[in-house]
Amino acid sequence: MPEIKPVLMQGNEACAEGAISAGVRFYAGYPITPSTEVAEHMASKLPEIGGVFIQMEDEIASMAAVIGASIGGMRSLTATSGPGFSLKQENLGYAIMAEIPCVVVNVQRMGPSTGVPTAPAQGDVMQARWGTHGDHPIIVFSPASVYETFYLTIAAVNLSQKLRQPVIMLLDEVIGHMREKVLIPEAGKLMVERSSDKVPSDWKPYDEKGLTPLVPFGFGHFYHVTGLFHDQYGFPTGDPIQVERALDRIHGKLEKYRDEIILTNYIGHKEPRVAIITYGCTVRSARAVVKKAYWQERLPVGLLSMQTIWPFPAREVEALANQADVIIVPEMNMGQIIGEVERYACGKAKIVPLNRYDGEMITPEQILNEIGRWL
Amino acid sequence: MEQLTRDFLRSQKLPHIWCPGCGNGIVTAALVRAIERAGYDQSDVVIVSGIGCSSRAAGYLNFNTLHTTHGRALAFATGLKMSRPELKIFVIMGDGDCSAIGGNHFIHAARRNIDLNAVIINNYIYGMTGGQHSPLTPRGKKATTAPRGTLERAFDLLELAKGAGATFGARATAAQPRQLEQLILRGANHKGFSVIEALSPCPIAYGRRNKLGTAVDMLRDMKEKSISVERSFQMADTELEEKTVTGVIYTLDAPEYSEEYYRSIEKTVN
Ligand SMILES: Cc1ncc(C[n+]2csc(CCOP(=O)(O)OP(=O)(O)O)c2C)c(N)n1
Ligand code: SF4
Repeated sequence: MPEIKPVLMQGNEACAEGAISAGVRFYAGYPITPSTEVAEHMASKLPEIGGVFIQMEDEIASMAAVIGASIGGMRSLTATSGPGFSLKQENLGYAIMAEIPCVVVNVQRMGPSTGVPTAPAQGDVMQARWGTHGDHPIIVFSPASVYETFYLTIAAVNLSQKLRQPVIMLLDEVIGHMREKVLIPEAGKLMVERSSDKVPSDWKPYDEKGLTPLVPFGFGHFYHVTGLFHDQYGFPTGDPIQVERALDRIHGKLEKYRDEIILTNYIGHKEPRVAIITYGCTVRSARAVVKKAYWQERLPVGLLSMQTIWPFPAREVEALANQADVIIVPEMNMGQIIGEVERYACGKAKIVPLNRYDGEMITPEQILNEIGRWL
Repeated sequence: MEQLTRDFLRSQKLPHIWCPGCGNGIVTAALVRAIERAGYDQSDVVIVSGIGCSSRAAGYLNFNTLHTTHGRALAFATGLKMSRPELKIFVIMGDGDCSAIGGNHFIHAARRNIDLNAVIINNYIYGMTGGQHSPLTPRGKKATTAPRGTLERAFDLLELAKGAGATFGARATAAQPRQLEQLILRGANHKGFSVIEALSPCPIAYGRRNKLGTAVDMLRDMKEKSISVERSFQMADTELEEKTVTGVIYTLDAPEYSEEYYRSIEKTVN
């Protein structure tokens, strides 16, 4: 019987613990509220298991160091918040281009700028998607509980390794700082195989055939890593055919493994008239609403919560739009993911925004009131 | 020996992109010879570089090579070194790359005294972007963004590094490639953060605008102005004003970061 022990922990700690369970042994970061506990937890735990914790001079350096360590063969993670996430963007793009796995945690704070450091907000949805320049693919998870934070961080580490692609954990302050129960399985049961364990003899660092394992530096395969467009061997190229092919390939990875990447959850009426689509801590209020409106009052209401927000769960949203007359999109910002919902609902359902941006959570009552207007 | 050097070059990637007369090739060759003389296993060597003409050197060298973002090479290298302390890491940077956009990472790599070998190719200018002034452009010299001559004072890169905690500082010019090779080798053998400033002609973006003649003229001038550390001790400050002091400028003793870190966690792990 695998041992499962319940532990009470904070969201930020769960993120750090999840990372460690998934084999992360390198952390580089720079302190910023409300993400700092991730760093503090790593600083205390990593040295005990032979890992590396380093506090860098800024977020740019932290992102760079995390990429460097990953090329050295260590699973790596960095955590930050709003302004720090902005600073990481250039090197995040580098990791995407050079296909270096790593996990970047952004515990969002209210912005713009230094905003309100301790107030919850979901203002970085589009920064997470488009913060770095160019037409890049991105994977972003947004947990709704401490428990989900733990397991999604594990998924983030493993996916980043498998796809050689950075994965972003987009938390909010509520999730980062709240304490909840997490069921932690036996250590060592959560890690996927390192992709570099099986290296074919004709290995090329950027093979076009599909997923290629990353061979860390120092193992006798000499190759070049660059942020420039490159050929299969990693060497710079400006050849239009190769450039286009390279972009298609890095985007194609995400399409091909879509089903592994996109995690959503639906609860409520099978054929809802009013549906809610949301993510992050807002899911919690929405769940309370469905419990009351559907489980108790049997109203035709449902909730699609998205653990993955990028790539956007287009099919799931489309399917829901075919069912529901009205889709309510609660967000703690002035409206970011709603644009995507509109895009994929394609006029099939009425899309209703529900926004709050005063640093307070959206309450179940607010959502219930909105539902009341449509039922 | 000649054969080995060729194994260390990606000859299929040549010819290089540098302009005729550029000093980057001379410095790169000195680096390769120093690595060869150090006798490292090819797979233990990593070349990290930033962005700029000089940083393109990484692509021509047959090791694991990491061409990073502008100014960030030392931060990438720090992560790599901490994950694999046994690697011998050489970091090639341009003067602007290292001291402007990368200035913060430079002083902190020095402060940590992490065992990286930074080779800064100082051509006094931003070459790749066409000749803008850098923090190492001598005061009064012209650049596209200082058409009347720059008013800004230049850093003394080695003093900057020393003040921040670097434990090895050396300088040579592309006009003395054997000395340069020697100094890179000594830097490699030094445990801690080594800074090797390699003065190098950029006849295209710097020389032409400042009427310094051909690449050969620039090299000759570099040679004439260079004074060994030993000789400099016997000279007055006023005499040294127009000179470039070359050789090992300092070596200091301080704990090296990656070694310290792993030693410190050994205690926790056990
Ligand atoms: C973030 C960022 N800013 C600016 C640039 C443009 N850029 C490319 S190379 C360079 C300067 C290079 O000068 P230097 O480091 O002195 O190297 P050199 O080309 O002279 O060898 C600049 C500003 C860039 N690539 N990235
Ligand atoms: S611009 Fe200057 S530094 Fe760049 S390749 Fe030409 S000569 Fe060399």
